[in-house]
Amino acid sequence: MPSSRFEPSSIKNKIKREEIARKQKKEKRQGKLQKRLAQAKAEADDPLIKKKRLAQNVPRTLDNTREYDPSTLTANPDTEAEAGPSTFPQDGDGDAASQPTVQPQDESAADIAADPFAEYFSGVLDPTIPPKVLITTSPKATRLTYDFCDELVGVFPGAEFIRRKKGKGFEMGRIAGWAANRGYSHLVVVNEDMKQPNALTVVHLPEGPTAYFKLTSIQLSQQISGHARATAHFPELVLNGFVTRLGHTVGRLFQTFFPPMPEFQGRQVVTLHNQRDFLFFRRHRYAFRSPEKVALQEIGPRFTLKLRSLKKGLPAVKILGAPSKPLQFEPGEDEDATPTDIPEGAMAVDEQSEHERKEIVPPTEDECIWVWKPELETTRRTFFL
Amino acid sequence: MQSDDVIWSVINTQFCSYKVKTATQNFCRNEYNVTGLCNRQSCPLANSRYATVREKEGVLYLYVKTIERAHSPAHMWEKIRLSNNYTMALEQIDKELIHWPNFMIHKCKQRVTKITQYLIKMRRLALRQQPKLIGVKKKLERREAVRERKALSAAKLERSIEAELIERLKSKAYGDMPLNVNEAVWQAVLDRERGVEKEGEDGKGKGRELDLVDDETDEDEELEEEEEGWGEREFVSDLSGEEDGLSDLEDTLSGEDDEDEESVGDEDEEGSEEEAASKKATLGKRKAPSKPQKPPRKGPEKKSRRRLRSSGV
Repeated sequence: MPSSRFEPSSIKNKIKREEIARKQKKEKRQGKLQKRLAQAKAEADDPLIKKKRLAQNVPRTLDNTREYDPSTLTANPDTEAEAGPSTFPQDGDGDAASQPTVQPQDESAADIAADPFAEYFSGVLDPTIPPKVLITTSPKATRLTYDFCDELVGVFPGAEFIRRKKGKGFEMGRIAGWAANRGYSHLVVVNEDMKQPNALTVVHLPEGPTAYFKLTSIQLSQQISGHARATAHFPELVLNGFVTRLGHTVGRLFQTFFPPMPEFQGRQVVTLHNQRDFLFFRRHRYAFRSPEKVALQEIGPRFTLKLRSLKKGLPAVKILGAPSKPLQFEPGEDEDATPTDIPEGAMAVDEQSEHERKEIVPPTEDECIWVWKPELETTRRTFFL
Repeated sequence: MQSDDVIWSVINTQFCSYKVKTATQNFCRNEYNVTGLCNRQSCPLANSRYATVREKEGVLYLYVKTIERAHSPAHMWEKIRLSNNYTMALEQIDKELIHWPNFMIHKCKQRVTKITQYLIKMRRLALRQQPKLIGVKKKLERREAVRERKALSAAKLERSIEAELIERLKSKAYGDMPLNVNEAVWQAVLDRERGVEKEGEDGKGKGRELDLVDDETDEDEELEEEEEGWGEREFVSDLSGEEDGLSDLEDTLSGEDDEDEESVGDEDEEGSEEEAASKKATLGKRKAPSKPQKPPRKGPEKKSRRRLRSSGV
């Protein structure tokens, strides 16, 4: 075998060198092919080998090498206990380590039960009435944004589009307050930049939270070839891949957009799939062909969201020219002066404050729960949702 | 010794550091210039008699040049505070610049007007909440676009949605009489479940069948259906052997017929939406009994949530 005797690089004649190099390459290729064929044959004889190989040969992806996030909520505590100690700072003996792994479960469950969406999940609301959603745009929107808003109106069963008014005094927080007072449960503001919808602000009313998403890859129904027509039935919901506490908040926020009771005869399914912090929105009509097969036909629209910030309350409205508060006296001084008059005055104040409490007023300062920053993404395997 | 003409001849013909030359006009950058133009009348350096109006932190001042103090530039200008009231300020200018050339008075008044206007506008804008402008970060956008594309291909959206729907169907999240499932398919699901239970009771008598059920692929399903068919045939042949004495040929024929019918049924299922809709109409009959039971939405949602948790990495 001349090819093994000589390294092709040591041969000076170009034609010969290339010939030998080609031969060597071919040999290598053939060897690989033979190996594959033999493997295929062996696996055809015994399916167990294939199963074993597939079980062992799991390619490493960004998803399965994701950096551990302590706020990840898992169904069974065992997996968390396994994953926990690897990244947790070790604090003492094994017992001490095992205790906190159990506690966060209960804590997070209680936390989730007490979040602003709890009312929706408690079943108090009438399942046949869809939540009222107000959809509007940023000021001075253009055609594309209005088209997108029309699509959104079609997606959410209880949605209504209202044009954003021009001029001073129509800040987002104020609109949210008015909407809350009128019984809306959500406010969606589509932001436009350079004549292109580029961000989505989702406000849960009446008490927040407010989520701000980057909006990309919009495809309206019309642009999807072979799309189906939507019906007015309440769709089902598939929320995939929300694992952390933050992810659950976002997932629950989107769940509250839809009536709790889908109309299954519509066979429509709305999907919000979280993959590596990108939320892919899709809507399909499905048909079960057999117990193993589903046919999907897309209805549209498609778009992708990426969470940029999550704030606690409604969007803040900065009252810049607000007059300073009038001087107030401590009630203690009044008590000493005129003890008989106090009950009436206090009652009146209470009534007044209660009346004010009903009116929802946006805050003057934002309270952030989470804000995305480029610095947070220390590795490509860090995900937050 | 102050000599206006000499100064102006130098500025005009030679050099002035405050002069800004443009194609059409020359401007002046001296802060004391009352018009902003570079000409003989409004030059603050080449005029011994000069007055201007300046604004400092929202307050207007009239500056009057006193040429007798030209030897100490720090004290050359006399600074007079003007009233906040516009008309009062104009009157004040008239009073201070009495017997001055009309040009100077007029220009000072014009300047008062202009400054008052821009102060009003500044105050108005300060009260309004302006949108915050953020720079476009091209590199970040490009990076995120690439990541989004990769995430989309990793998501395998259709497949994951299908898997989720199948799981809901099998876990009976749609209730006992689902409105969104074809009757034949639903029957198949129920049959399979019964079959699995039976095998569980039988133990590991039919290991091969169990394997097939575990695999859960389309081919396997077909195989299984065939196998069920085989079982039926056995049963029939037993009966017929005793009672009718039908030939094996007929038996197989009838079996084939059955299969044909099944396949036709399958094709029907795979028909278009309208057909499904018409079937839905027939399914409407079942709606009445299923109504009080109301498969709760929470079923699938809970399922999904559980799934979310279990799928955590």
